[in-house]
Amino acid sequence: MAPPPDHRRPIKRAAISDQQRRREVALRLQADRRSDAQNRARQLASSVLSLGPEPATEPEVEPEQEMSEASGQLAGRSDFDPVRAARLRGPEVRKWFARQLMLPEWMVDVPPSLDRDWYVFPRPSGKRCFVVSSNGTTISRLRNGSILHRFPSNLPNGARAKDVSGPASSYSILDCIFHEPDETYYVIDMVCWRGYSLYDCTAEFRFFWLNSKLSETGASDPPSQYHRYRFNVVQIYECNLAGLQASYSGQVPYVKDGLLFFNKHAHYQAGNTPLALVWKDNVCSQYVLDTDSKGQIPSQQQVVLELQNDGNLTTSDDPPVALGSLSRDLIAQSGLRVGNLVRVAIKDERMRLVDGKLDLGELQLVGKTNHSRAFADTYSKVLFQHAARHAPLRIEDLVASIQSNSSMDNSQALDVEMEG
Amino acid sequence: MALEVTQILLNAQSIDAATRNHAEESLKQIQEQNLSAFLLSLSAELANNNKPIESRKLAGLILKNALDAKELHRKNDLAQRWLSLDLATKTQIKTSLLQTFSSPVSDARSTAAQVIAKVAGIELPHNQWPELIGSLLSNIHQVETHVKQATLETLGYVCEEVDPQVVDQEQVNRILTAVVQGMNATETSSDVRLAATRALYNALGFAQANFTNDMERDYIMRVVCEATQSSDVKIRQAAFECLVAISSTYYEKLAPYMQDIFNITSKAVREDEEPVALQAIEFWSSICDEEIDILDDYRSEYTGDSDVPCFYFIKQALPALVPMLLETLLKQEEDQDQDEGAWNIAMAGGTCLGLVARTVGDEIVPLVMPFIEENISKPDWRGREAATYAFGSILDGPSPGKLAPIVNVALNFMLAALSRDPNNHVKDTTAWTLGRIFEFLHGAAVETSVITQENCQQILTVLLQSMKDVPNVAEKACGALYFLAQGYEDEGSVSPLTPFFQDIFQMLLFVTHREDATESNLRTSAYEALNEVVRCSNDETAPIVMQLIPVIMLELHQTVEAQKLTSDERDKQNDLQGLLCGCLQVIIQKMGSIEGSKYAFMQYADQIMDLLLKVFASRNATVHEEAMLAIGALAYTAGPNFAKYMPQFYQYLEMGLQNFEEYQICAITVGVVGDLCRALEDKILPYCDGIMTQLLKNLSSNQLHRSVKPPIFSCFGDIALAIGENFEKYLVYAMPMLQSAAELSAHAVSQDDEMLEYTNQLRNGILEAYSGILQGFKSSPKTQALVPYAAHVLQFIDTMYGGREMDDAVMKSALGVLGDLADTLGSHVGPLISQSSSSKDLIEECMVYDDPLIRESAEWAKLAINRAVSG
Repeated sequence: MAPPPDHRRPIKRAAISDQQRRREVALRLQADRRSDAQNRARQLASSVLSLGPEPATEPEVEPEQEMSEASGQLAGRSDFDPVRAARLRGPEVRKWFARQLMLPEWMVDVPPSLDRDWYVFPRPSGKRCFVVSSNGTTISRLRNGSILHRFPSNLPNGARAKDVSGPASSYSILDCIFHEPDETYYVIDMVCWRGYSLYDCTAEFRFFWLNSKLSETGASDPPSQYHRYRFNVVQIYECNLAGLQASYSGQVPYVKDGLLFFNKHAHYQAGNTPLALVWKDNVCSQYVLDTDSKGQIPSQQQVVLELQNDGNLTTSDDPPVALGSLSRDLIAQSGLRVGNLVRVAIKDERMRLVDGKLDLGELQLVGKTNHSRAFADTYSKVLFQHAARHAPLRIEDLVASIQSNSSMDNSQALDVEMEG
Repeated sequence: MALEVTQILLNAQSIDAATRNHAEESLKQIQEQNLSAFLLSLSAELANNNKPIESRKLAGLILKNALDAKELHRKNDLAQRWLSLDLATKTQIKTSLLQTFSSPVSDARSTAAQVIAKVAGIELPHNQWPELIGSLLSNIHQVETHVKQATLETLGYVCEEVDPQVVDQEQVNRILTAVVQGMNATETSSDVRLAATRALYNALGFAQANFTNDMERDYIMRVVCEATQSSDVKIRQAAFECLVAISSTYYEKLAPYMQDIFNITSKAVREDEEPVALQAIEFWSSICDEEIDILDDYRSEYTGDSDVPCFYFIKQALPALVPMLLETLLKQEEDQDQDEGAWNIAMAGGTCLGLVARTVGDEIVPLVMPFIEENISKPDWRGREAATYAFGSILDGPSPGKLAPIVNVALNFMLAALSRDPNNHVKDTTAWTLGRIFEFLHGAAVETSVITQENCQQILTVLLQSMKDVPNVAEKACGALYFLAQGYEDEGSVSPLTPFFQDIFQMLLFVTHREDATESNLRTSAYEALNEVVRCSNDETAPIVMQLIPVIMLELHQTVEAQKLTSDERDKQNDLQGLLCGCLQVIIQKMGSIEGSKYAFMQYADQIMDLLLKVFASRNATVHEEAMLAIGALAYTAGPNFAKYMPQFYQYLEMGLQNFEEYQICAITVGVVGDLCRALEDKILPYCDGIMTQLLKNLSSNQLHRSVKPPIFSCFGDIALAIGENFEKYLVYAMPMLQSAAELSAHAVSQDDEMLEYTNQLRNGILEAYSGILQGFKSSPKTQALVPYAAHVLQFIDTMYGGREMDDAVMKSALGVLGDLADTLGSHVGPLISQSSSSKDLIEECMVYDDPLIRESAEWAKLAINRAVSG
């Protein structure tokens, strides 16, 4: 039988081989990633540029103490999209920035290989913010996007002094906690440096970069006319016994508020992530249990949830998790509307785990939340708060996990020897 | 000074290897010592009727190979070499060649005809040998039959060899006249008539002017149609080949002849011998190709129009065409499914039916359904197979809304046939048809998929069961699974395949281990299906995919360890290694893209890398390419951690960059350098000297396939973006190359679409290089080093903008470069940019563009330029 003409593909034969497809996919991915890499630099720059003209008069600092907790709260995660951000103005800018921070989940159980894959450090108590330096000025923005300070600094292009190292447009973005008592920004992560994006770098690399670059600039110098606030790096430890011990009970120049754990391999990811975790107990934090709107610790656990149109109350996770519901009558009585954030109290006897999921049953309405509150609690926060009241995850548990890991390594080594 | 070469030429064909090698060596020596004398001797040998035909033929062949080669750079070298020979030698060789025409030995004439065409291919574009065509045609009416035949054959080869533009219309007219007269029914020699018909096939491209002249066109068409009625089957076949060529070259001129052509083709399809019938079907397939292209252009959102109007020939012929094609489906051959290269009337008919369905859409359905209903349950397998084949063939084209109700009814029947039909052909076609159903009527793009949560399980059960059937049926079942899985690629966590992942993997791995897995492409199909299932995995199924990694690694390990293989075993081993590397690549890409599985996956990275490095020991191009692709994927997933593999990997990277012959490997490797840049960033610095050296070498070589050059430029950008100001030391080499390539590509006049596309790829690569370099230097104290190049970059963009042939990708890249220039160099280039014509007009134009990406790029560029100009 003669073969078909060159250009005529028999209909029963596949149009392209999977190998050809693999090749095409690889080439397409490479092209996409190239343009991503190039665009990221451009678009981050333009988003920062366009923030310039925004008026500085916005000292509407969120009064709630929630701020200091930096708990993961986001109504739906948006992808990092500086293109859109570049077109935003005024309040939208705030909203956009509010979504750019990486928000740690609460540690409800100990991740495996804590000692090998994680860093730990004591978290400074204070206001979590993004600090952007560009075009001769430095701006810090709180998690809700509002401006905390606008000031000159020794960060690259952070003041109108002549910076010899590059054009004024190159920007740097730091993830910081502003610690009121000593008026210092404690830098907990580096997102961009001199226009160089670190979003796609591992924590390991970002921390290395942070430590080596920040010291070059004089940003840690004491305040002066052209350097209004001091920037300090936080001592970061390998999460072995010594590192955990040092973070937990070591002396630090700031008020501690729990411990932060970062997975070494994780990229900087906007929104909630299980690859950064927060944990606290009464030794390393003054604020273990949540307070109510009056600043008191209520007798029953209270959580803030968002009301959905089916009456369900959900967390701010993506996707949202429904933890319980309000009856139609109650909703009508209280004048609540879909999307409202409500504070509810949990009756302990109602709370149970169904198929590994938390179910709070019918909830007792406490009231609407303070209007400046933007997001509901996350699932991990509810779980952590519940555990903190009943069976907290203790420092001993963390220590034990690290010890068991290292002893497991030993036993494997033994096995090998015995076989030999 | 002709040499005596007869004996050497005969020895070179000896069955004794030693004699043969010795003779080949001697020929090589003579050629190196004195090329002119060598070529002269060969042409004399070919022309000499007293020499044995074997030595004459070989002489002609060597002569031909001394004039032409496949690789473009060698072809050019040989042409230059010929042109530089002294005139007397060339004249004498050409005279000998023309003399050969009078030889009574037809092989000698035919060989000479081919060599003459090669010489013409070199000389005519240089305005040399202008008398060739005249001398060929001067006495065409007086010469003996065999000379006439050789002359026509030569004309055909010359037309095949040279570009229509280098032959003036007067000569074209003479050629066509001679050819068409030779084809005429009044020509008594069928050798002459056949040579003329074949010559016309090649000469059609020269007949643009003649086809616009009604009288001349009518005449040519009449002669061609008459030739399809010749008593000689070869002439009939050649005449139909002409019709096929006319259908694509002169589609818009065909309307007056379509009725006649339909009658001729329809008779040939039904009654003539297979080679003729196949060409008659091909005519209709070719018309479909044309109309599909035109209708695509009509639907295109940008133009909405086509240069050539659609005459809807297929639509008009439909009521008669479809029954004719359906009849062919019943002419299957036994065992056609076992032979991958098989091509016969039934297959050509089904292929054409599929094209007709794509051309007319819904209208074909009512014309095919009665045939299906009539035959699908026939006791004779031919009926059942033909009915199924017809159904499978029309699934691409008609709207899902039209097909879905029929498919819903047919699906159960098909599943039953696949499990229970006694005939393998029927099962083969049934499995293929199921695959087509999944391909076209299932998936995110289809509004109402015919696959539901409920029938999916049943389908899977049948498909997996069929994978144990004979190889060709199992292969089609794997293909069907491929498309079933593809439909779920964008489904996320709700995919109904989720519960079956384990079973699917188990069965596919079983198939790859079947003893007969190398038959009917079965193993390849099984791995392709496996890859597709991996591609549609999600958070939930990722752990199952993860379990696959050690399995695939073990298999790859075994192939790497295998030793002392026969060459046949070695081939199979290479195929398998390629498949396994491909599979790993897909798994790496997938696991790297699922956030939750990435870290678990990385524990295998060391072992995978170790294996892939061992795979490079293979000499096989496909295997290298697959391993390289897998490593690129691994680098992207591993990020900076990939640095630890670089010391070992680097030598293979360099090897890939040096592979000119298998240029796909070179291209893939260049792409992997890009992956590495993005993964390692400045950690790639220690390797950059070596990489840049090789890339620069590649660019300056004329041996490297041109398609690799645009990616190399883009790769400069990747490197610069990764190592920033450290790129400074390469500027002095890279910038001149970029500038001269920019110069060429900016002024390139593109004769055809292919050339235009290449030019735009080149431009895009150059622009990406500029962007990467500019961005890499941003914030660096060494920015100044780029200022001297700014004017040229702007000029490049201005020229392209003036030429109006930029495609969207180039436009977007150009906007990016404008912005990057302003952003990186700021006030240093403000005045330059203000003067540039394109910066203002191009940006303004693109601000209102449809494509949002282009609009965004324009906005970015404008923002950056405003700052540079004002600051």
